[in-house]
Amino acid sequence: MTGGERLVVSGLVAEAGGVEILHGIDLEVAPGEVHVVMGPNGSGKSTLAHAMMGRPGTTVTAGRVAIGDTELTGLPSWQRARAGLFLALQQPIEVPGVHLDALAAEALEAAGRPATDAADALVVEAQRLGLDRRLLARALNVDLSGGERKRNEILQLAVLRPCFCVLDEIDSGLDVDALRTVARRVEQATTEWGLGVVAVTHFRRLLDELRADRVHVMVGGRIVAVGGPELADQLETTGYAALAAGPTPR
Amino acid sequence: MRNFGPEASAALGGPRWLAARRAEAAERLRGLGPPSADGAEVWRYSPIDQLDLDAYHPAPETPAPPVPALAQELGAGAVVLVANGRVVSVERDGLDPAVSVVAGSDLERPPDALGTLVSANDFFVTLNDAFVPEVVVVEVPPGTVVERPVVIAHWAGAAGPDGPAPCALARTFVHVGEGAQADVVEVFAGGGQAGRSLVVPVGEVVVEDRGRLAYAMVQDLGPASWQLARLGGSVGRDATLQTFTAGLGASYGRVRFDAETRGEGGATELTSVYLGSGDQIHDVRTMQDHAAPRTTSDLLCKGAVGERANSVYSGLIRVRHGAVRADAMQTNHNLVLDERARAFSLPILDIEENDVRCSHASSVGPLSEDQRYYLESRGLAPDRAERLIVLGFFEDVVDRVPVASVRRALRSRIAGRLEALLGGRVTDGG
Repeated sequence: MTGGERLVVSGLVAEAGGVEILHGIDLEVAPGEVHVVMGPNGSGKSTLAHAMMGRPGTTVTAGRVAIGDTELTGLPSWQRARAGLFLALQQPIEVPGVHLDALAAEALEAAGRPATDAADALVVEAQRLGLDRRLLARALNVDLSGGERKRNEILQLAVLRPCFCVLDEIDSGLDVDALRTVARRVEQATTEWGLGVVAVTHFRRLLDELRADRVHVMVGGRIVAVGGPELADQLETTGYAALAAGPTPR
Repeated sequence: MRNFGPEASAALGGPRWLAARRAEAAERLRGLGPPSADGAEVWRYSPIDQLDLDAYHPAPETPAPPVPALAQELGAGAVVLVANGRVVSVERDGLDPAVSVVAGSDLERPPDALGTLVSANDFFVTLNDAFVPEVVVVEVPPGTVVERPVVIAHWAGAAGPDGPAPCALARTFVHVGEGAQADVVEVFAGGGQAGRSLVVPVGEVVVEDRGRLAYAMVQDLGPASWQLARLGGSVGRDATLQTFTAGLGASYGRVRFDAETRGEGGATELTSVYLGSGDQIHDVRTMQDHAAPRTTSDLLCKGAVGERANSVYSGLIRVRHGAVRADAMQTNHNLVLDERARAFSLPILDIEENDVRCSHASSVGPLSEDQRYYLESRGLAPDRAERLIVLGFFEDVVDRVPVASVRRALRSRIAGRLEALLGGRVTDGG
């Protein structure tokens, strides 16, 4: 573990497809903390997730992403992953013929851990996530339901044990029970190995299952409000529009 | 053509029937010319126009080569070692004694169907007919079930520094009797590393009613070789022919496989892979020929081209009049791993009957950026991610390789070739 190193997003400006989507995002996450970024569709939440992970096509034009002293800005995504960042995709990609155990073995090896741990870890974590063991034998996300894909992302998270993760709408496509299972696993990870979490969502219900330390409200590519979990309740009554119009509390 | 005249053909010897076949073909060959790329659809996109036959001579007899490594990995019940088209040895290792594996020279007359499953008008078939030194004949009697594969290991010589370039002609005939089952594997190794060589194999396989044959051909020739292979299959009533061809080596490696389902309920399952790098060209031409009712064919062909390699897949589904309720499927997918590489995919349907089901799918494209990002976001360096994706791409077709030992051998060879192809390209900075 990297001890007390924090994930820092500072003044992040990013564009996708030549259009500026993020206009200066600040986030600071300590190990073990859970930060929820809430925002309506089109507010730039997924762009934030990909800008942090370094997706090709998402260009950071100002600001930075770092873990402790390790500057992630400008690094390719695989080096960001090796620095301790993990992204659970909103729409996990199908990779025909590539099996989870092969990926996990490669990823563990890349992280400097024994690749031979992969198979056992997958079985243990699949059980904790209520994923049918037989799904482990399938190609990545091929013939998996939406919910299974999401759990599959968390399964990889649990096996790889990154320092920080970004969960991009992990709640979409999950029923209440599955969401509870996934949220519980993520919470356990925050104490098990001090996982720091940035969970991006547009549904308040994630906060019913995932204990958040901070809630950030994102509208139009800006963080317009930051607070405790009570901010989400306030959002429930006022809506995003009211927050977007008001001053930015810091 | 000056090195492929009737005198050279007559000098080859062998039993009377074989000499007579050759002489007849050598005569016919005079009236035929090599094909050209713009002359016939089946040669489109091929480099055939670069072939200068005058640079080649019929391959001479050679000292016995070692059995190619690949052929030793296959758990064979019998290994036929063939050098420049001549049978060097037939080593049986537990093969059912009822199964006959012989050099045609030892037969008093040719197998009945020899020459009927490949077009006699084809230039290279005729060249083979006229100059092939020997025919390997595998005969599986009715009802016999053969457990371990019969492996035919071909070794081709190559031109020395100043010597003439050899043209090795090889011939195989496999007959699987009624209700019999067998696996036959042909391996092509050797050939030119630097000096040229031309390898022209012709193979014919017949599966009688209710029989099953799994036939695999793995081409792993040296990088200066050309291979022009022609295969024909004939499938009887309720019989099954499973084929697999792999193009790994050679400068130009071509295989044309025409499989005819002539008996009602007959089935073919055709699989092919090719993996090209450097300036290699791999070329697969298939015909799924439905000549009887309720026949099925299922083809899956997948390839990848890297560096400056090219590939061609061209496949014809033909459903003849009367082949009602035929069910044909043809799938060809290509990965283009480098912007200098090219893949051509040409599916063709020729349907003369109404009550049939035919489907085809074809694609040519680069590695998916999304898949790459996904794996890289797990910490895999770009070359490792690519390798995993390409191996995954081949997974389903390798799974369908009909001979288990070939499947295993091929997995490791594909992985090895990918390592060479992708490993040096991206430096792992982590």
